[in-house]
Amino acid sequence: MASVGGSVDLEQVTKRYGAETVVAGVSLAIPEGQFFTLLGPSGSGKTTTLSMLAGFVVPDEGRVMLGGRDMTRVPPRGRGLGMVFQNYAIFPHLNVAENVAFPLTVKGAPKAGIAARVAEALEMVKLTGFGTRYARQLSGGQQQRVALARAIVGHPKVVLMDEPLGALDKNLRYHMQVEIKEIQQRLGMTVIYVTHDQEEALTMSDRIAIMNHGRIAQMGPPREVYENPDSSFVASFLGEANLLKVRRDGEAVRGPGGAPFVARGALTTPEGLVFVRPEKVNVAAGTAAVAPNHLPGQIQHASFLGNIVRYAVTAAEGARLLCDVANGAGTQIHRPGDAVTLSWRAEDSRLLAG
Amino acid sequence: MPLGRLAAWLMIAPALILLIGVFLLPIGWFLIGSLAELGTLTEIWEEAQDVLFSGTVARVLLNTNGIGAVVTLLVLVIGYPVSYALSRAKGFAFTAILLCIVLPYFTSTIVRTYAWMVLLGRTGLINQILLGLGLVDAPLELMYNRTGVIIGMTYVLLPYMVLTLYAAMKAVDPRLLQAAEGMGASPATVFLKVFMPLTLHGVIAGVLITFILAIGFFITPALMGGPGDMMIAMLIEREVELTQNWASAAMMTIVLLAVTLILYGVYSRFADKEAPR
Repeated sequence: MASVGGSVDLEQVTKRYGAETVVAGVSLAIPEGQFFTLLGPSGSGKTTTLSMLAGFVVPDEGRVMLGGRDMTRVPPRGRGLGMVFQNYAIFPHLNVAENVAFPLTVKGAPKAGIAARVAEALEMVKLTGFGTRYARQLSGGQQQRVALARAIVGHPKVVLMDEPLGALDKNLRYHMQVEIKEIQQRLGMTVIYVTHDQEEALTMSDRIAIMNHGRIAQMGPPREVYENPDSSFVASFLGEANLLKVRRDGEAVRGPGGAPFVARGALTTPEGLVFVRPEKVNVAAGTAAVAPNHLPGQIQHASFLGNIVRYAVTAAEGARLLCDVANGAGTQIHRPGDAVTLSWRAEDSRLLAG
Repeated sequence: MPLGRLAAWLMIAPALILLIGVFLLPIGWFLIGSLAELGTLTEIWEEAQDVLFSGTVARVLLNTNGIGAVVTLLVLVIGYPVSYALSRAKGFAFTAILLCIVLPYFTSTIVRTYAWMVLLGRTGLINQILLGLGLVDAPLELMYNRTGVIIGMTYVLLPYMVLTLYAAMKAVDPRLLQAAEGMGASPATVFLKVFMPLTLHGVIAGVLITFILAIGFFITPALMGGPGDMMIAMLIEREVELTQNWASAAMMTIVLLAVTLILYGVYSRFADKEAPR
């Protein structure tokens, strides 16, 4: 079995199905031990990209490198990767121990070694004692653990995970996120993780690539891509985003009702957008004097979400903003119809092309 | 749901009445009537031993089982790859294979058997080709012997096996096969360790249904076989039509019916079962 290093590189990888280009010139350089997430809406090419890493799909152009070796045309069995599949793909005719042992038995590993490895993997996913059960006797969360144990049993340097938590309910999902992350750090594995759940991507990843229409829209650490998106797509895909129409007015940038904005980045076109996250917006009662990044508005709707209060605020020219205010000590809750002034710091907002 | 149960009974009632009227009652009448002629139970038992352990019946039962086994094996060997191709085929290829399998299924067995006789006869197409190519010096004896019976029955029974296997193979989640491949299995290992075990219940069901149908065969062995290829259904017919020994026909019928029902009992355990999940 080829034991490769844990680095993963894609070089200008392209895949077409007929006239449709599913992945268009994607390049990635993932160092060993990184938790790397491919995030995107369905049809963005993230699963095809993962399939090319796995070897199920051969790219039309470009190279797939694992541990620095060109694996573009090597079939899956020659790549030595661990894999967790979306539907778990647990073999119904094999029990848990046999399922977990599968990657080792097909490689003809010695029996005694297999038993020890299986026990170790099951212990790691907290399924010790479940070895003789069958998939149909397990809950969704337990099946997920079996799939995880099977992926790590051969101590692969790289593990691919395709929406592994998609079928679990929210509480369990959070629990498994933590466990997967712990196992990844303990074993020092490189994990390539595919998901369409932005929260999951933000929680787990060292680095995220947001994909759209077969290309990487933006790549970086979670906080960077969340707080400093390059495009309105990334801004709105990663959680809630306020995107206000703005126009250039000499040196200034003006928004709804002529309010002046100062933000990071620059507007290269006459019109564009200013981006600010709801939780970065400050909501004050009354109408303040005109000042940069101050926008008068009216509360349209207030949702009490427990730890936060979410306001929908209308401003001039039909602009609508969401503002999340922490429900801290002594927080006053505004009512629909209240006149308010929204404000934010220049470094919390960014100018984007429209 | 009482209404649901009633509705279900009403829906199967016509078929049930038909089956009872034209199958169950006549066969019961035939069996009981024929055996009652013999007298007491002890007398029936003695007669049964005479009939069932006679040389003719033993030879015919041996023929029946032997032909059934060989035909079942051949149908499995030929049918497995066809079913596999069918389960993987899409679009035109799927329709083409399916039509090739199912169309003959809708044609009368007699017509198909006669078609084979045209092909296999001493002056039939196959012998003419072989002679024409100089591959054989004299026509091969392909008919009126065991070879003819086996060829004909294999052909007639193939659709049953193919459709049974197809159902089992289609139920295999292709993602399991891909997963196995991703975990390092070679194509041969994927087949042996995943695909085969997951379709085994279909193989068992296909083998049983083919064998059940084979041991009851009449037309094909009667038309394409020789004197040494008599099967149990032919013997029953001879006892009824020729020797008019209804009692011995009834006893053989009971044997055939019992074997069929037992095998069907086993079959139904596998046939309705989905792939293990």
